[in-house]
Amino acid sequence: MNFDNSILTLTTFLPLLGALILLFINGKDEGSLNRIRWIALIATLVTLLLSLMVWAQFDASNPGFQFVVNKPWIGDSIGYRVGVDGISVLFVVLSALLMPFCVLASWESVQVRVREYMIVFLILETLMIGVFTTLDLAMFYVFFEGTLLPMFLIIGIWGGKRRIQASYKFFFYTFTGSVLMLLAIMGMYWNAGTTDISKLLTHEFPAGMQTWLWLAFFASLAVKMPMWPFHRWLPEAHVEAPTAGSVILAAILLKLGGYGFLRFSLPMFPDASLYFANFVFVLSVAAIIVTSLVALVQTDMKKLIAYSSVAHMGFVTMGIFAGNALGIQGAVFQMISHGIVSGALFLSVGVIYDRMHTRDITAYGGLVERMPRYAFAFMVFTMANVGLPGTSGFVGEFLTMIGIFQINTWVAFGAAFGVIFSAGYALWLYRRIIFGSLTKENLMSILDLNLREKLTLYPLIVLIIFFGFYPAPILDATAASVNALVSQYSAAIDAPAAVAAAVAH
Amino acid sequence: MGSDVTSFASLAPIFPEMAIAIGAVVLLLAGVIINKERSVGISYAAIVLLLVVAAMTVFQGQDGILFNGTFIADGFSRYMKALVLGGSAFALMLALPNAVEQGVHKFEYAVLVLLATLGMMMMVSANDLMTLYVGLELQSLALYVVAAIKRDDSRATEAGLKYFVLGALASGMLLYGASFIYGFTGTTNLPAILAQVTAEDRSIGLIFGLVFLLAGVAFKISAVPFHMWTPDVYEGAPTPVTALFATAPKVAAMALLVRLVSNTFAPIAHDWQQILIFLSIASMVLAAFAAIGQKSIKRLIAYSSIGHVGFALVGLSAANQGGVEGVAIYMAIYVTMTVGLFACLLSLRTEAGEIETIEDFAGVAQTRPFVAAIMAVVMFSLIGMPPLAGFFAKWHVFLAAIDAHLYLLAVIGVLASAVSAFYYLRIVKLMYFDEPRQTFAAVPNELGIIMAISGFLLVTYYFTVGGPLASVAHMAAGSLF
Repeated sequence: MNFDNSILTLTTFLPLLGALILLFINGKDEGSLNRIRWIALIATLVTLLLSLMVWAQFDASNPGFQFVVNKPWIGDSIGYRVGVDGISVLFVVLSALLMPFCVLASWESVQVRVREYMIVFLILETLMIGVFTTLDLAMFYVFFEGTLLPMFLIIGIWGGKRRIQASYKFFFYTFTGSVLMLLAIMGMYWNAGTTDISKLLTHEFPAGMQTWLWLAFFASLAVKMPMWPFHRWLPEAHVEAPTAGSVILAAILLKLGGYGFLRFSLPMFPDASLYFANFVFVLSVAAIIVTSLVALVQTDMKKLIAYSSVAHMGFVTMGIFAGNALGIQGAVFQMISHGIVSGALFLSVGVIYDRMHTRDITAYGGLVERMPRYAFAFMVFTMANVGLPGTSGFVGEFLTMIGIFQINTWVAFGAAFGVIFSAGYALWLYRRIIFGSLTKENLMSILDLNLREKLTLYPLIVLIIFFGFYPAPILDATAASVNALVSQYSAAIDAPAAVAAAVAH
Repeated sequence: MGSDVTSFASLAPIFPEMAIAIGAVVLLLAGVIINKERSVGISYAAIVLLLVVAAMTVFQGQDGILFNGTFIADGFSRYMKALVLGGSAFALMLALPNAVEQGVHKFEYAVLVLLATLGMMMMVSANDLMTLYVGLELQSLALYVVAAIKRDDSRATEAGLKYFVLGALASGMLLYGASFIYGFTGTTNLPAILAQVTAEDRSIGLIFGLVFLLAGVAFKISAVPFHMWTPDVYEGAPTPVTALFATAPKVAAMALLVRLVSNTFAPIAHDWQQILIFLSIASMVLAAFAAIGQKSIKRLIAYSSIGHVGFALVGLSAANQGGVEGVAIYMAIYVTMTVGLFACLLSLRTEAGEIETIEDFAGVAQTRPFVAAIMAVVMFSLIGMPPLAGFFAKWHVFLAAIDAHLYLLAVIGVLASAVSAFYYLRIVKLMYFDEPRQTFAAVPNELGIIMAISGFLLVTYYFTVGGPLASVAHMAAGSLF
C-alpha cells in the first residue's frame, strides 16, 4: 500500500486515534481539561489538513474513484474498500472542515464531562468521513448507522431540557428507516454477488427489484435527509442538541441522505428513480413551501433554522431527481453550501445562547448596538440562507432551479415560492434579533465576539462569500463525476425507450 | 497390550469429554476431603480445567465417529464445544466474587457446572437420539440443582422447582417425539434417519415426531411459545447462575437444533422451516414488546435472551449453509455480550446487596464510568448497532434469510430489533442521562477483567476477531453440509 492510497484511511481514522489518546487522559482539573480540548482541536485540524491534501491531489478530470484500496475483510460479504470520486471528495472536506469549529464552539460552553464529549465527537468524525470514503456497501451501512450512536449520546447527555425525548425520537426515526435499507443492501449483495460499490454502480438490477430496493433506501435516506413528512425528529433534535451537535446534524448528517440518493438511488436504481421522480418532486415542493411557512411562525431560533434546513434540503432532493447535470451539480453545491451556512447559523445562535441562555426570539432585540461585529457576521449568514446572489447559497438554489425547470416547470414554479418565503423568515428573524432598539435590561451589558468566536465565525464568512463569487473549485471537482453519473442514468432510462422504438419500426 | 493402546488412541475424539468427566469426579472427591474454607480452590481448578479443555478442543481436537455411530466430533461440534466450555468457564468466574452472598460458594457448585457442561458437550456431539437425550438430561438435571443451589432462598428454590417441572415436561415431549421418529424410521441413529427421510414420501408420523422433538428443544433454547419459564427462573436464580443459564446451555441446545434440522432432517426442510419461522417471529416480536414493561433487570435480560434466540433462528430458518454459519457467529457474539452484561450487573453493588431494578442504573456513568461504558457498549451491541459486534451477528443471519428469500421474516425481524432498541436504550439513558441516586462498592478485579475483555471484543470486532471468526464458522458450518 503506497502513501497515496493510504491517505484516505488515515483521514478517516485519525480522529479515532485522537479519541484513543483522550481515553488515557484524566480530565479532573482545569489544566487537563484544556489539554483535552487542545488535543481534540489538533486532531481535527490535522484531519482537515489531510482532507485538504486529498482534495489537492484529487484529479478532477477523472470521473472514477481515486485513492482506491480494496482488501478482503469479514467473510465473503464485507471488504475493506475505500476511495473517493468527485461527489464524495467534497463531503470529506466539508466534514473535516466543520469539526474544528465544533471543538472551538464547545470550548467554554461544555463544562461537564468534557473528555467524553470530545471522544464522542472525534468518533463521530471518523464515522462521518467513513461514510463518504468507503466503497463497500456493508461498511457504508456500518458508518451511516454508526453515526446514530454518538449523536444519540450528544443530544442525550449535553442537550437541553427535553433532551431525552429528542434523543429517542432522533434514534427511532433514523434507526427504523435504516434497518429496511440494511435488508435492501443484503438483497443487492445476493443479486450482484458483491458489496463493492464500484462494481455495483455498473450492475443492472432487475426492474422489479429496483422498485423495492429504491423504496427501502428511500425509507432510510428520506428520514435522514429529512424530507417532508419524515422530518418530525429534526426540529426537536436540533433544538435540544448542544451548539456543536446542531452544527454537525445540520451540516453533515443531513447530507448523508443526499449523498445516499446520489450514490445509490440514482445510479443503481435508475428505472425506479425515474418512476418515483414525480413522487420526490411533490415531497420536495411540499417540504419547500410547508416547512418555510412553518419556519415563519417559530419562536425558537434553533427551530426556525431547523425548519429552514428541511426547506433547503427540498431543493437538494429536487435537484438530484431532476437527473440532469445542472440539477445534480446544483444539489451537490447546495449541500456543501448549506453545510457551511447552516453550521454558521447554529454557531451564531450558540454565541448569543452562551451569553443569555435562551433561544427565544422575543428575548432579544437591538443587538446591533452592543454587538456590531456579531450583527455583521449574522447578516452574511442570513443572506446566504436566503440565497442572495454573491453568497454561496445563491449558486446551489439557482442551479437546482434551472435543472428542474428543464424537467418540470410546475415544480420549479412551486420551488420558487420557497425562495420568497426563505427571505421572509430569515430576514424577519434578523430584524427581531439584531435591529430594533435595545430595551431589554439584561441585554444592556452583552459583549461582542471574543477572539475564539471570531476565529469560529470569520473563516466561514470568507468561505461563503468566496464560493458565492467563485464557485468553480466545487463545480470543477464534481463536474466529471456528475457528468458520468448523468450519462449513465440517462442511458439506463433511455434503454427501455430505445428498445420500444426499435420494436415499433 | 498393543491393541489396548490403539483402542485408547482411537478414543481421541472424545478426550475433551473424558477430561471433563474425570475432572468432575476428582474435584468432587477433593471437595469432600479438603477444608470447607478452601473450597474456592475447587472453583479455580474447574475454571482452569474448562479453559484447558476448550483450548484442547480448538487446537488438538480430532474429528471422528465413535461408539457405533452414536457420538460424532466434527468441525461444527468443536466450534460449539469451545463456546460451551468458554461460556461455562466465564460463568464460574462471574461466581467468584461475593460467592457466599450468592450462595454459590459451596464446592458442589463448580462440580455441578462441570457435569452440566459435560452434558452440553454430549448434546453438541450427539449423533443418535439416545446420546442426544442422555446428554440433555445430564445437563438438565445438573442445572435444576444449580438453579436451587441457594437452598434457604425461597425465590431460588421456587426457580429450581419451576425449572424442573417444566423442564421435565419438555424432556418428556422430546422423548415422545424421538419415539415417533424411531417408530417411523426404524432407527435412532441420525445419519441413518437422514438416509430414510425423503421429501416425497415422508410419513405423517415422522412429521409428528419432529414437531414434538422441536418443541422439546424450543423449550431448552426458550423460544416463544415455550419461553414461560425463562423470566421466572432468570429472576429467581442467583445472578451468577443466571449468567450460566443465559450462555452455555443455550449454545448447546442451539447446536443440537442446528444439527437436527440442517443435517438429519435436511430433506424435509420445507416442513421444519415453517416451525422455525414461527418460533423466530414469535420470539423476536414477543420479547421486543414484553421487555418494555419490565422493571427487574434480570427479567429484562430474560426477555432479551428470548429475543436473541429469535434472531439466531432467523439464520437457521434460511436452511442453508450461510444460515448455519450465521447462527454459529451469532451464538459466539451472543455469549460474549451476555458474559459482559452479567459482569457489569454483578459489579454494581450497593450496601443493600446487588441491584435488582432497572432504575438502579441511574447515573452509573458518573459514579462508575468504566462499568457504564462497558454496559453501554453491550447495550448498543445487543441492539445491533454498527460498528459493534452485535451488528455483525445480525448481518450474518439476515444475510442468509435474504438469500433464502424469507423477506417477510427479515422485515419483521429488523423491525422487532428497532422496537427492542427501546428497552436497551432505556438503560443507557438511565446510566448516562440521569443523575446518580446511590453509591456503589468497588468493582472486583475478576469482573473488571471480564468486562474489559468483553468490551474490547465487542468494540474491535470488525478489525480483530471478525475475519477469523467468520472463516472458522464457515468451516464449522461446512461440516454439516
